Amino acid sequence: MIAWMQWTLPTAIFFATIAAILLVMTVFEVVKPCVERKGFLPIATTRGDRLFIGLLSSAYIHLLFLGLTEASLWIALAISVVWLGVLLRWG
Amino acid sequence: MRKVPNNRAWWLVLPVFILVAFSALIPLMTVVNYSVQDIFGPNAAYFVGTDWFREVLRNESLQASLGRQVVFSAAVLLIEIPLGIGIALLMPTGGKRASLCLILLAIPLLIPWNVVGTIWQIFGRGDIGLFGRFLNEIGINYNYTADPVDAWFTVLLMDVWHWTPLVALLCYSGLRAIPQAFYQAAEIDRASRWAVFRYIQLPRLKSVLVIAVLLRFMDSFMIYTEPFVLTGGGPGSSTTFLSQTLTTMAVGQFDIGRAAAFSLVYFLIVLLVSWLFFTAITYPDRDK
Repeated sequence: MIAWMQWTLPTAIFFATIAAILLVMTVFEVVKPCVERKGFLPIATTRGDRLFIGLLSSAYIHLLFLGLTEASLWIALAISVVWLGVLLRWG
Repeated sequence: MRKVPNNRAWWLVLPVFILVAFSALIPLMTVVNYSVQDIFGPNAAYFVGTDWFREVLRNESLQASLGRQVVFSAAVLLIEIPLGIGIALLMPTGGKRASLCLILLAIPLLIPWNVVGTIWQIFGRGDIGLFGRFLNEIGINYNYTADPVDAWFTVLLMDVWHWTPLVALLCYSGLRAIPQAFYQAAEIDRASRWAVFRYIQLPRLKSVLVIAVLLRFMDSFMIYTEPFVLTGGGPGSSTTFLSQTLTTMAVGQFDIGRAAAFSLVYFLIVLLVSWLFFTAITYPDRDK
């Protein structure tokens, strides 16, 4: 039934990770509801806002690596993970 | 009064969520899957990693197409938003004249996109078209099939004719929702016409303008049918926008993997710009 979707292992891991992040964030929200606050970003954000900004900017970090360099994408991934952590904590 | 936390109403959103899953999430996942493979047929797909993305991001014709698309969308917003607000301000506030204006404004919106393209294709012709013939008669050398500037001018004019009414109708509804008391207060303060617009009408139009800007940006960024019918992307590739390049790649060349990678880059651009617009326009009011 899902053969037409042409799943591959890397894309399955990618979507499973996104789903896991959303699930963890939902549980986190129920256990400890977040309060909108202002960090180093120019706007006040909620936890979900920061996650969205983090994921979107991570996508752009990967695109920049692909478009401008020949470097391994693992470096882009490492930068993105660190960036996402910084953003969620201090953003 | 203390607010009682109750999230059970979220269950009511479940049908929409299921609908969105089928109409957007599953197709999006499929596109992501396609973008990392070279697909020759239903059972012949080969994993290529991020090669398509690398290729798409470095392709000069795609970059040129993206450049044209950005210029086009910027021009559309810069012309249609102020023009739409202006038309809405000039429209009668009520009675039969208002109804007549509304009907006249709605007409371009009711015409199917390919018909709009055909109308302007004939309208702009130098031999039988009213517009093209008129320009040629008064001494302006106008030919949208041969001159890139004329082609751009015609595509922009067509889009302005087709979609400014939408902005005007949205703004008109926003203007009608402003209570009369605001105008009375402005009159007591002897506020100028500009001050009324700047401090009463424009701030109250903000919510409809968010919708107008987002709709016009997303719509103009994915424009396909009208320029395709009018100019076919030419002369040369001067009016070939992103979606036409994408369609040629996916349907014309059946290059599904490359087209999928290209669509994702396209999607990320739309997502970023829409989010920026939305945040920039709504953020100042968020605390109120």
